[in-house]
Amino acid sequence: MKKFLTPQALIGLLFALLIVGAALLSLLWTPHDPLKISFAARLQPPGASGWLGTDQFGRDELSRLMVGAANSVWISLLTVVFALLIGTVLGVVTGFVRGWLDRIVMAFVNALLAFPGLLLALALLAVFGANQYGIILALGLAYTPSVTRIVRGTVLSLREKEFIESSRVLGNSELYTMARHILPNCIAPLTVLATSMFGWVILAESALSFLGLGVPPPAPTWGNMLAEARPFMAQATYLSIFPGLCIALTLLGINFLGDAVRDLLDPRMKGLE
Amino acid sequence: MFRFMLKRLAMALPTLFIVAVSVFVLIRLIPGDPAQLLLGDLADPARLLALRTRLGLDQSWLTQFGLWIGHALQGDLGVSITTGEPVLQLVLSRFLVSAQIVLVAVVLAVLVAVPAGMIAAWKQNRLPDLALVGTATLLVSLPTFWLGLLLLLLFGLKLEWLPVVGYVSVMSDWKNGLLYLVMPIMTLFLHEIGVLIRMARASTLEVLRLDYITHARAKGLSERAVLMRHAFRNSFGPTWTLIGLVLGNLLGGVAVVETVFTVPGLGRLLVDAIFARDYPVIQGCLLFVAVIYVLTNLVIDLCYPIFDPRVLAE
Repeated sequence: MKKFLTPQALIGLLFALLIVGAALLSLLWTPHDPLKISFAARLQPPGASGWLGTDQFGRDELSRLMVGAANSVWISLLTVVFALLIGTVLGVVTGFVRGWLDRIVMAFVNALLAFPGLLLALALLAVFGANQYGIILALGLAYTPSVTRIVRGTVLSLREKEFIESSRVLGNSELYTMARHILPNCIAPLTVLATSMFGWVILAESALSFLGLGVPPPAPTWGNMLAEARPFMAQATYLSIFPGLCIALTLLGINFLGDAVRDLLDPRMKGLE
Repeated sequence: MFRFMLKRLAMALPTLFIVAVSVFVLIRLIPGDPAQLLLGDLADPARLLALRTRLGLDQSWLTQFGLWIGHALQGDLGVSITTGEPVLQLVLSRFLVSAQIVLVAVVLAVLVAVPAGMIAAWKQNRLPDLALVGTATLLVSLPTFWLGLLLLLLFGLKLEWLPVVGYVSVMSDWKNGLLYLVMPIMTLFLHEIGVLIRMARASTLEVLRLDYITHARAKGLSERAVLMRHAFRNSFGPTWTLIGLVLGNLLGGVAVVETVFTVPGLGRLLVDAIFARDYPVIQGCLLFVAVIYVLTNLVIDLCYPIFDPRVLAE
């Protein structure tokens, strides 16, 4: 454990805890109501009323950032879990069963991998509609192929090993062997993937929200807060700074944490990236 | 060489086919009559009927797909619901706008980031390395739309050097046109150097630890010769592949930058089409970007033997 706690990993952990903490806290308490409009207090600079000022509708910026954290973390978590579930099932089944099913699924997976993730998400959003459920489905499906490929690769390298053979000889069913012996070995590579995927999804979600294709206003997300701040850039610069800073710190934290997790679970890659 | 090219071409074809199938299926997944979707709610019945026959909606899906592919291959992607313009023309003109930004940004980023990544690897764990990796990680963590806003704040509002809103084509007025392109290009450039430094460093490190490098040093070659002749040439391969992926990703990601700087590019066209439910344009954009993406990566792969002739032997 000592090796894991490099300075970078500590910084990453700190940022992650800060964001998750703010997100959790926002469920119970925020300094002000994040949706309460007050035209008397519009575009107040930080300090006067509320630590981080108010936006063009007089809503408290800090409260909105906290709820935005909760929205981003929650959406990203659901997306990552969704992609992991579908991707793992596809990967284990195709890798273990092989045959025509494997060939068809992998043809699609490889074609989808040949597609930029954000573009795929945009395409799917055109079908599902631009809202938070659409985002989870679209981003989840967009990132499923990477999970499938990694899991299938691990399964393929495992299925010829002696302990899998032994499990069969003992009379265990294929399903039991998959769940009991194959799946646990996929956990390490999946953890590495899931950590960086969480970062991609946070970024993609805020990009889509920024484009107006994400969580619809008035519910705050960092992406739509930045989009709304753009017309007021000259009068209220801080509105364009804080949400972006939140995204950047979160990503920086996840990148640091991701490198540390990878070094811990996959020592061959240590210090390479 | 010829066999390698044929093999690589044969790999691109199924991908293009599946892309075509996906874009075709996409429009059929949306509830409702495809002809109605493609013409909009205000279409008159005669045109609806004409389009239904044209798309072969009364026939099997297989025939429908054949008809659609046939039209697409002849450059007929339908007309936009909102503007009535032919989709292909619309997509092409917007693509040129995005392409100039993306291409210039990536070329500049490669020129800066690849040497920087190699230097970082050479000075591993020393000050230049730590500084470069720190900067790269920081740049990767800045979302492009925020980076764009920050540049806009600094150069547009604070210093007033560059225009804040609008776009002028370089073709019609190159002096002003260039001014409008500076910040979008700078945004993508800064983001991509982050990505590329990390990759160039990683692949150089991988090469530097190989035996033949130790051997080159042992036989008394100067450090310069070791790096220039042996290490750097071999470490460029993986970075070259990444450049193809970066180009493709930017075609999707450029929408965000185009929104920040109000540039009428392909990404913005797609997003606006999604808002307007302009399905012919959505289909056209997706198909076009996917084809460009596959072709870019094909070209990148075909050039790969220049940096690593070993792939020809396999």
